Amino acid sequence: MNQPTSHSDTPSAENLAAHGAVVQQFHPRARVALENPQIRRNFRNAMDGLMSKRRSAFEGWELETLRELGANIRQRALANLPDLLEQLEKNLTDNGVRVHWANDGDEACRIVRKICVARNAKTVIKGKSMVSEEMELNHYLEEQGIEALESDLGEYIVQLAEETPSHIIMPAIHKNTEEISELLHEKTGTERSHDVNYLTASARQQLREKFMNADVGVSGVNFAVAETGTLCLVENEGNGRMTTTVPACHIAVTGIEKVVGTMEDVTGLLALLTRSATGQHITTYFNMISRPRQFNELDGPEEVHLVLVDNGRSTIYQDDELLATLRCIRCGACMNHCPVYTRVGGHVYGTTYPGPIGSILMPHMLGLEATQHMPTASSLCGACGEVCPVKIPIPDLLVRLRRESVDGDSERPSNVRGHGVKRGHLEAAAWLGWRWMHSQPWLYRLGTSVSARFRKLLPRTMGGWTRYRSAPKLAPKTLHQMMAQRSSSVRPSARMPQSSNVAQRGNLS
Amino acid sequence: MSAREQILQRLRQRHGGEIAVPETDFSVIADREWSAAEKLDRFQKMIESVHGEVHRVSEEDWLDTLADILQSRSARNLLVPLKHAIGRTIRDADRPDMPELLGYDTAIEHWLPKLFNDVDAAITSTRGAIAETGSLILWPNADEPRLMSLVPPIHIAVLEADQIFATFHEAIALQRWASGMPTNALLISGPSKTADIEQTLAYGVHGPKELIVIVIGAE
Repeated sequence: MNQPTSHSDTPSAENLAAHGAVVQQFHPRARVALENPQIRRNFRNAMDGLMSKRRSAFEGWELETLRELGANIRQRALANLPDLLEQLEKNLTDNGVRVHWANDGDEACRIVRKICVARNAKTVIKGKSMVSEEMELNHYLEEQGIEALESDLGEYIVQLAEETPSHIIMPAIHKNTEEISELLHEKTGTERSHDVNYLTASARQQLREKFMNADVGVSGVNFAVAETGTLCLVENEGNGRMTTTVPACHIAVTGIEKVVGTMEDVTGLLALLTRSATGQHITTYFNMISRPRQFNELDGPEEVHLVLVDNGRSTIYQDDELLATLRCIRCGACMNHCPVYTRVGGHVYGTTYPGPIGSILMPHMLGLEATQHMPTASSLCGACGEVCPVKIPIPDLLVRLRRESVDGDSERPSNVRGHGVKRGHLEAAAWLGWRWMHSQPWLYRLGTSVSARFRKLLPRTMGGWTRYRSAPKLAPKTLHQMMAQRSSSVRPSARMPQSSNVAQRGNLS
Repeated sequence: MSAREQILQRLRQRHGGEIAVPETDFSVIADREWSAAEKLDRFQKMIESVHGEVHRVSEEDWLDTLADILQSRSARNLLVPLKHAIGRTIRDADRPDMPELLGYDTAIEHWLPKLFNDVDAAITSTRGAIAETGSLILWPNADEPRLMSLVPPIHIAVLEADQIFATFHEAIALQRWASGMPTNALLISGPSKTADIEQTLAYGVHGPKELIVIVIGAE
């Protein structure tokens, strides 16, 4: 790496304050992460492994046909979304599951709290749920005096470290064994060890105690099936099954877009989800829950609730192009393949969902004011769009959101929050001038020849552009000048190669 | 207006109008032409690749295999279903080489610590398996409750060789899942595992450390 590392490059505190919210500190955080060899190594190793595992998991598959199927299943579900939600609600209710609706994360938190209070619950054990991260449920419950403990090993580690997940599938990917051993020792008294089996076994023991004593289990949902009223959960550890079986009350939280029509739809999406996420043909457990414990059954929760969370999704739903965002099945393949995410890691984004999917989803949840750096944190290489199992055109949506953040109100109406936040009068005027100049040949020629002549006067530093790059140099002659010179000095036959000339030269060489 | 009404209204009064409904062609995940032997081989290969153990046995000698498995693990006891033929056969055999037999005959609230701390192994039936992914299909019920296949460190599952489906898609169609789902349905593919500590695989993080499949009628 050839990057300047002096601290003078880091923006001042006032500068950051001027940018506003904490989530905007992408650039300074990215610089810190890039200079941390541990983070770079952890993410590089993990992402390389995941990319190659995904490739081999799809060997022998007609992957394009399968992705087409996945995209169509999700698109069909979105086309019928309000009807499917009502059907899901009806069938779950008939099965004895109570369904709740929440406009945003706060409302969803209040619903969870109300259920806990009604049961006089003091401890909540959690399976992995990104929607609950979105709601900041743990924080909220702690404030209400209810203990919320993560049970997924990665989430448990992250919670002990008082951090947030850095990857949606592998929350603790940013830590290595030594860091985790030290953390477990400090927080739980586990003996220091580099033996992953030992560390895992001691976490198992600690968490089993918690499962036995928890009043409520909170989980996410991977697919909610309208036709049968079934909540499907994908996992490897078994903590999801524990969470949804041991406590007397189970609360599932999910985004409204997670509903699909039938169990058949689930088979198509499941084939894509686990292979895309971790390169597994299937996860250890695929857990399908349709009702609470029945009168003759001996285990399972006596109460099951589903909280359907909107939190910006119905706004995304309004727009034909942005709608594709809601097809997402949260596999994380776009992150694993993203050259930016792989180098800086998930924490740099400062949002619940990082990486490419986060960059097209978070602006709708938090507004473009707070997330304007996200759509530009991409080289637009296209890898995310190529690997997406439901064919979300992520690069196109990144460009769309870049446009949304600089568009003026007069150009296009928009319901993207923070529309036009990056628009500057000076920049807008400069582009207007650029457009005009390029449509006037005489002015264009004059401009380029004057620039070429006075090229030495160009500054060597150009703000952010030259922080990591050398300044561009103009050629001594413009292209027009060079072409004019060339056509007067070369033989006519070489000037405009005819097809026969090309063929002839091909033969000679 | 309730949150429910507000959300549904926003979805129904969509600015972009109606969304076109695409066709979905499932043949890419459905068409597999495997013989019974190929399905069994594939199932075994896939579940072994994720640390599952498979024993092919005949109707006559499966109890011998079970006894060997339990002895080799020094299991002190075995949780068995009380009504299912598997449990009845094990109990009726009354073999001296079997460990103590336990039954899940009371609601979990009454014996949670014992199940969590003192049960070494459990045996359950299955509703079949899926060759493509090496998955067992379980529908827990009052006789074989949900925690039976989750809490004890060793889970032994009995599979009839002729109940192996090519794909999940085929299984739900032939078993007509859409016409009625149970309280809980499961696909189990290997023992509980995690790779959350630096991508290193570790087994038995919350569920069983070992998953052993006894395939009957496949010798």
